[in-house]
Amino acid sequence: MSYVPHTPEEVRAMLARIGVASLEELFADVPASLRTRAELKLPPALDERALLRFFGAHAAENANVQTASSFLGGGAYHHFIPAAVDALASRGEFMTAYTPYQAEISQGTLQMIFEFQTLVCQLTGLEVANASLYDGASAVAEAALMAARLSRRTRIGVSAGLHPHWRAVLATYGEGIGIELVTLPLDAAGRTQTGALPDECAALVVQSPNFFGCIEDLAGAAKTAHAKGALAIAATAEALSLALLRSPGELGCDIACGEAQSFGLPLSFGGPYAGFLAAREKHVRQLPGRLIGESVDANGERAFVMTLTTREQHIRREKATSNICTNQGLCALRVTLWLALVGRRGIRRLAEQNVALAAYARRAFAKAGLRLPYSAPVFNEQTVEVPGLQARLARCRAQGVLAGVPLGRFAPEHANHLLVCTTEMTTRAQIDALVRELVA
Amino acid sequence: MTAPGRSGLVFREALLFESSRPGRAGVPIGDVDVPGVDPARELGADAVREDVPDFPELGELDVVRHFTRLSQWNYGIDSGFFPLGSCTMKYNPKVNEVVARLPGLAAVHPLAEEADVQGLLALACELEAALAEISGLDRVTLQPAAGAQGEFVGVRMIQAYHRARGDTARNKVIIPDTAHGTNPASAALNGLEVVELRSGGDGVVHPDALARLADSQTAALMLTNPNTLGLFESHVEKLAEVIHAAGGLVYLDGANMNALLGVAKPGHMGVDVMHFNLHKTFSTPHGGGGPGSGPVAVRNALAPFLPTPVIRREGDRYRLDDEFPHSIGRVHAWYGNAGIWLRALAYIRTLGAAGLAEVTSRAALNANYILESLRDVYDAPHARRVMHECVLTDRRQNEHGVTTADIAKRLMDYGYHPPTIYFPLVVAGALMIEPTECESQETLDGFIETMRTIAREAETEPALVTGAPSRPIVRRLDEVRAARKPRLRWTRSD
Repeated sequence: MSYVPHTPEEVRAMLARIGVASLEELFADVPASLRTRAELKLPPALDERALLRFFGAHAAENANVQTASSFLGGGAYHHFIPAAVDALASRGEFMTAYTPYQAEISQGTLQMIFEFQTLVCQLTGLEVANASLYDGASAVAEAALMAARLSRRTRIGVSAGLHPHWRAVLATYGEGIGIELVTLPLDAAGRTQTGALPDECAALVVQSPNFFGCIEDLAGAAKTAHAKGALAIAATAEALSLALLRSPGELGCDIACGEAQSFGLPLSFGGPYAGFLAAREKHVRQLPGRLIGESVDANGERAFVMTLTTREQHIRREKATSNICTNQGLCALRVTLWLALVGRRGIRRLAEQNVALAAYARRAFAKAGLRLPYSAPVFNEQTVEVPGLQARLARCRAQGVLAGVPLGRFAPEHANHLLVCTTEMTTRAQIDALVRELVA
Repeated sequence: MTAPGRSGLVFREALLFESSRPGRAGVPIGDVDVPGVDPARELGADAVREDVPDFPELGELDVVRHFTRLSQWNYGIDSGFFPLGSCTMKYNPKVNEVVARLPGLAAVHPLAEEADVQGLLALACELEAALAEISGLDRVTLQPAAGAQGEFVGVRMIQAYHRARGDTARNKVIIPDTAHGTNPASAALNGLEVVELRSGGDGVVHPDALARLADSQTAALMLTNPNTLGLFESHVEKLAEVIHAAGGLVYLDGANMNALLGVAKPGHMGVDVMHFNLHKTFSTPHGGGGPGSGPVAVRNALAPFLPTPVIRREGDRYRLDDEFPHSIGRVHAWYGNAGIWLRALAYIRTLGAAGLAEVTSRAALNANYILESLRDVYDAPHARRVMHECVLTDRRQNEHGVTTADIAKRLMDYGYHPPTIYFPLVVAGALMIEPTECESQETLDGFIETMRTIAREAETEPALVTGAPSRPIVRRLDEVRAARKPRLRWTRSD
């Protein structure tokens, strides 16, 4: 079952054309000392029936958000995905194509990514964007490295509200080239104290809504950053918020980056997702990854092509802006499909529904006597203080409720803090039941 | 109005933004069952935007047709022969898509409690074990999201290994001139200096050349084996000895693992660290350039430096451990591209050991069959047999003013995806052909016949080749114009 088509007769005929007596002879260049004699030790092969039984059994061991009542967020969000997204993204011409090096037979991918770039620019209020970043974490890391190249500085001010995993990835990426991270704490309202930004920073990185759910003052952050000669980087884990909140570009940020998973990508235990990175046109030559541009063909017809490739590793090797080779094509396709299907009014409607559900939950928590440690407005997730959280979580699990993300996992000072996410997939009854379990 | 038909069943199609009509509704979105709120009151008037200007407004059928038409402008493996060298464009089995979409896998949140994701962690462990067995190495992380991120991780771990031994002066990586561009770029991202190693006239790297470069500043040799000429680096054991004697480690770029399954294990060659490209060797969809998945395998000596978290098995339970002090840290927000590595596991479970060995033997059969069938009309840079891919050149066709780019474009007219062109850089006018194991003799014969036809055309009617392609939806692109005045998004003023 290896999907090889050759009949024994064809193998013989082909070997004869090559001029060897056996398949083994094709590997004559592999020294005998290295030649594996024994078969690989792997479990026995499965046909489709057995394969689906095997994976089905393992799948049944996981809690999934379609059957459980889930309040999990924290950088990955359960949203509505129209059926047409799967139907169209499954087309083999998209799914089994490669990086569009050969533009003439890749116009589908190229136009789609050009549309993705445009949509990201519209949402972020910036001028150039691309579809090359693996996820929100690497997007923020690449944004910071880009700022370091632009400013020739190595210190980055990072909000304590940046997703802790994103910060960790940023630290890993930055370490190799001597990037130093300085943390800016949150104030009592749950917003970054941007005034603490030290001098000589390449950039200030602020996530909004931040990891604790609070909407940040990006305009203030941009002003502070610029006053100190730093670039302002806005990170977004919940991209749906961009449909409702004033855009990073409008608020004066230089770079917007983040995670577009909310737009049509299944949770899939964390990947594959779609990072995005948008910037001002004047900074385009320092942008990492693939870019699609409009041009014309030999007949003068509009057509799209990979462009500004001299920034990239396959041309510039060690002098490239990044080692990225990926073009997150299939994920960008799902995002573009989702945005096109939901459209201008639909995305606004979904964003407003998320705000309404968060507001309902907020009032329900307060009414039940649960403390909300941060007062800043929220989009669709919020931090709630729950006395005796661990025991409560166990009770919720027993009821099939994934109650949210216990923040003590990330820092001991948040031991009784629960990050609760409500999206358009959440019902009032689910919220009411959650509140009951958390205070009962 | 221009009618949409163009030729055959290929249609014109405007941009989403151009087809948009104010007020046209997309997918229906009903109410939620909590009271509506005024966002400006809830969040502050200053915080809320008016609208997203020029955002598309299309009906569902508009969108379905738009993307159906765009898809028809694309060439995928499902469309036809795709001999793109070094990219391993093999069949992507449909059942793997079904597996990846099982709700118990696709609808699982990455921050769910460990007890709620035991099935996924078990599957991850199984794939890690399979990759360890295939590589002959000890430990595997599935975290890197692509091959290039795997390279970054692998090189970083090598740095951490040296540093942990107090060996802090190793700031150079030796990379052969046949390497993929990501290798030097990944080294640079780690702050390392790249030293280029020239391959010999026979296309492979020689130990004496390496010995002249390897010293106490060498962190690693980054080797691709088989290399991008499709040749097995036959001195690999000696190369590893030279590097190890100098105190460095050997990194293997696993892009060409399709040539080694069941044939040879990198761990036996002296390789200390390697990455896999699951989207190449293990058939996950390339998707227009991604997503990929780039697991890294290492010897036990490097295990303390693996990125956090790692999956630990304790009895019949699995947990994600991020409490180990020497780790290089995290490189992905979660545990890699699960939706992709699950497909790779499905592929490995479908094939088993015998199936994987068959993959490699048929890949080599197909590559050598093409090489032997074309070397009388296209120059081959080396007289040797190859592993999974072969390289030809345009040297003879140049005499008629025909270049590799022209040959590539002419192949499109005949319904083939071109090979990788002008790579590796060490071969002028390279056409790098990787047929993969999935293609039948008659498919290869059709391609061979076409390549021979193009060689004849180059002699007799070169304009046919230099003017190609004429059949795809667009002709050759003006790349200079695209780069000189970049238009990277649609705007209303356009």
